[in-house]
Amino acid sequence: MSGTMTITLNVWRQRDRNSEGRFALYTLPNVSPDMSFLEMLDLLNLDLVRKGEEAIAFDHDCREGICGTCSLYINGRAHGPLKGVTACQLHMRTFHDGDSITIEPWRAKPFPVIRDLVVDRSAFDRIMAAGGFVSVRTGGAPDANTIPIPKPVAEEAMDAAACIGCGACVAACKNGSAMLFVAAKVSQLALLPQGHAERARRVESMVAQMDAEGFGACSNTYACEAECPKQISVTHIARLNSEYLRANLT
Amino acid sequence: MNKIASFTTSSVGRKLLMGLTGFFLCSFLLVHLYLNLFLLKQDRGSTFDSYADFMATYPLIRPLEIILFAGFLLHAFVGVWLWIANRLARPVRYAVNRPSENSTLSSRTAFWTGTFVLIFLVIHVNTFFVSSRFFPSGISMYERVCEAFQSPLYVSFYLVALAFLAYHLKHGVQSAFQTFGLKRKKYETLITATALVFWLMLPIAFAVLPLYFLLAH
Ligand code: FES
Repeated sequence: MSGTMTITLNVWRQRDRNSEGRFALYTLPNVSPDMSFLEMLDLLNLDLVRKGEEAIAFDHDCREGICGTCSLYINGRAHGPLKGVTACQLHMRTFHDGDSITIEPWRAKPFPVIRDLVVDRSAFDRIMAAGGFVSVRTGGAPDANTIPIPKPVAEEAMDAAACIGCGACVAACKNGSAMLFVAAKVSQLALLPQGHAERARRVESMVAQMDAEGFGACSNTYACEAECPKQISVTHIARLNSEYLRANLT
Repeated sequence: MNKIASFTTSSVGRKLLMGLTGFFLCSFLLVHLYLNLFLLKQDRGSTFDSYADFMATYPLIRPLEIILFAGFLLHAFVGVWLWIANRLARPVRYAVNRPSENSTLSSRTAFWTGTFVLIFLVIHVNTFFVSSRFFPSGISMYERVCEAFQSPLYVSFYLVALAFLAYHLKHGVQSAFQTFGLKRKKYETLITATALVFWLMLPIAFAVLPLYFLLAH
């Protein structure tokens, strides 16, 4: 096949949470530059299954950058070398024939490896359950625009809401801190009037849960913002900090 | 009480403590520099010495000294505490990692630059403060400064320490603004300017003094 590439892959393999992991080396020919990164892994898995070997486990769902399931540390970068994209949106044209690519799972104590490249991110769910919601009566959907919200505020809240909870911020942070994730959720709800009632309790509970899970503390390197596929700004972390201060002072 | 305990042990609370003590120590640097600049006055150190005497004898300075000392200790203690906790958050490290693609060196090395500055401080406090306060020998502070700054070895060490301090503050000052939630678009210029004063101008101004004594005497 003309125009295809041969890629050497160094992939983290680990049977389960309690086993020792190791890197395995694979050479994959016939990689089309038009393939997505995950399709390239599908191709490799097909090859492995044909040979009677275990397929490589990796997380994926929507494959269009909206669900936040894919989570690969590619050549030393969360979601690979491009800015503002998830691993599923990364294409093999970013690489060259003969390249070698190291793929690792997210590394953080609260994200234990379950198998190969799959990590358990339920710590994020527990943080959300601790306060990442607004308590409202269920019933018919309220009319739109019954509560006027200034456009810039709505925009800012929307930017925070773009967080897909993939965990790249934790993976990229040298401290394994989840503060960008927590900040996006806290900020989104703190900005909107619907979130005001539970504002103080929310930030305290979510930060407490984040700490209990064993995430590190932010030291403002801003690696999270640089690697976030949704380019969530660290301004939200500044807001998280002031929300926390406010909740503790009042 | 419970609230204070949960605040100071939380990750955000500890960050706020780092920022608060950091700002406090920066304000001390300004006072320190202001007094140091009297070394340049051509009066064989008499103004400088009168300030040094005032600092050593005025009773209200004592509690301030203790607060300052506590500020340093707290900044260092919380810094080490955070550093250890942050290391524990990633027990298995990446085989391939490229942090230079997403963050600055000064932000990643704040712990190490801070550690060097702390080592320098112990030596510095011993040279100028401990010996004059606890073992007075009739030598004036100006004479102590002259003596120390005529040693090329001490001056080199002093300058390297200032470079580390500058690099530490390059990260620290803007970081403290972020920690207090002040780093917003509309304050950006103000924060960049303030940070520049502290991380660049202040260490340069401090560096002028040893160089002046070394070269002029
Ligand atoms: S698989 Fe859904 S974002 Fe990548």
